[in-house]
Amino acid sequence: MAQYPETLRYTKDHEWARIDGNVAVVGITFFAKDQLGDVVFLELPAEGTVVKRGDPFGVVESTKAVSELFAPVSGRVVKINQALVDAPDGINDDPHGKGWMVEIMMSTPAETADLLTSEQYEAGLAH
Amino acid sequence: MALRTPLYQAHLDAGARMVEFAGWDMPVQYKGLLEEHAAVREGCGLFDVSHMGEILVTGPRALEALQRLVTNDLSKCKDGQAQYSALCNEQGFVIDDIIVYRFSADRLFVCVNATGREKDFAWMKAHELEGSHFEQQSDAWAQIAVQGPKAAALVDSLCAPHVIDLANYHFRVAVVAGIPDCIAARTGYTGEDGFEIFCAPARAHELWNKLLDAGRSVGAMPCGLGARDSLRLEVAYRLYGNDMDDAHTPLEAGLGWIVKLDKAGGFIGADALRAQKSAGLSRKLVGLKLTGKGIARHGYPVRAQGSSDSVGVVTSGTMSPRLKEPIALAYVPTALAAEGTLVDVEIRGKPVAAVVVKTPFVPPSTKA
Repeated sequence: MAQYPETLRYTKDHEWARIDGNVAVVGITFFAKDQLGDVVFLELPAEGTVVKRGDPFGVVESTKAVSELFAPVSGRVVKINQALVDAPDGINDDPHGKGWMVEIMMSTPAETADLLTSEQYEAGLAH
Repeated sequence: MALRTPLYQAHLDAGARMVEFAGWDMPVQYKGLLEEHAAVREGCGLFDVSHMGEILVTGPRALEALQRLVTNDLSKCKDGQAQYSALCNEQGFVIDDIIVYRFSADRLFVCVNATGREKDFAWMKAHELEGSHFEQQSDAWAQIAVQGPKAAALVDSLCAPHVIDLANYHFRVAVVAGIPDCIAARTGYTGEDGFEIFCAPARAHELWNKLLDAGRSVGAMPCGLGARDSLRLEVAYRLYGNDMDDAHTPLEAGLGWIVKLDKAGGFIGADALRAQKSAGLSRKLVGLKLTGKGIARHGYPVRAQGSSDSVGVVTSGTMSPRLKEPIALAYVPTALAAEGTLVDVEIRGKPVAAVVVKTPFVPPSTKA
């Protein structure tokens, strides 16, 4: 059974965010990667790109499906996980850890109040 | 609601993820596409392909009637042999790609795609000759494909009489795992050696379980349509509805080797195909490898390198599990079809560099 860490916040689009001050580290959830199947390609924005909450910021592709990544918060991408771009199967092994994708310096930290707790996210998955 | 094969419950029990394919509820994967793909390349995988259709052609003029419908030459297909072929309409466009199993000149068995069950049968029935009879048998057969370097020995171990002596594209009626009247055919859609076994639907679940039990020691595992697609694409086997359809001819689809324009008696579509051949093809299905970053998918536009005009289209594409490179099939203008030609594939609006390469991408390991 998948574990959704209580230290993370979630979106109904199956991204997670780990909030650390004004920075949000972002990835996709176990559920998302499980639905996708084996991930083989990842496209992330250049560092410095400004993203808006809810807008697509990248693409993850599995052997079968293409899926857009949606920004859980607004801000500027200050770091991307280049190691994951080079070897996207890291998402398959550890979606909530080594599978982190981008760090976003938040422009509107109050948006984090709209993110889901692990309990809320898991409850959503049950439906 | 989608249709279910006799193995539907077996798929659920095995934890398969189900998707709708051609109106059927089919397993797209069990453990994971990459693991299943590797199992077939290195060991053995089982596929439920019971969604495919079967049509039996009988009568003193069975061979003659079918010969008029197919592009390949059935006079070159011996009794006990199978032949890959296509049905075309008068315009030379592909109605379906099929395998014909010739029991004898008055008894031929045709395996069609799931989407061809009704369509192909209606077309054939409309061209029935007196002295030939086309019979819809799609619901009378289940089909399990057992594929991989260890597949043939596994199937053979359960067959009476034995089938290991059969060459590629040959078949035999056999008792398989105690189930009578199966057709064991050394055919497949993965580029590996193996068999496709037709059996009575009521015995399909039993056959599936017995194959898995007997195959446990060689790591045989159930495989889904996802792995089936990546396996067939690596060896550049065409998928009807993706790589060819009733808007493309078999010549354009690179299937000239199954088009026998000069066979005795001709066939429906031959005139159009002969005209196309003499006029020269304006477009061709080619293999692409992406050298830029991205995966080409069905429907993505293809452009000449550096151009912003779309002149072609990707028909199938994936990240090759074996090559670990993005591969694709695409229709391009003949001027861009030569090996080594540089093109761009438009991926989400952006051009990604690709090169035309020889197919198959991975050489098949089918039995000689």
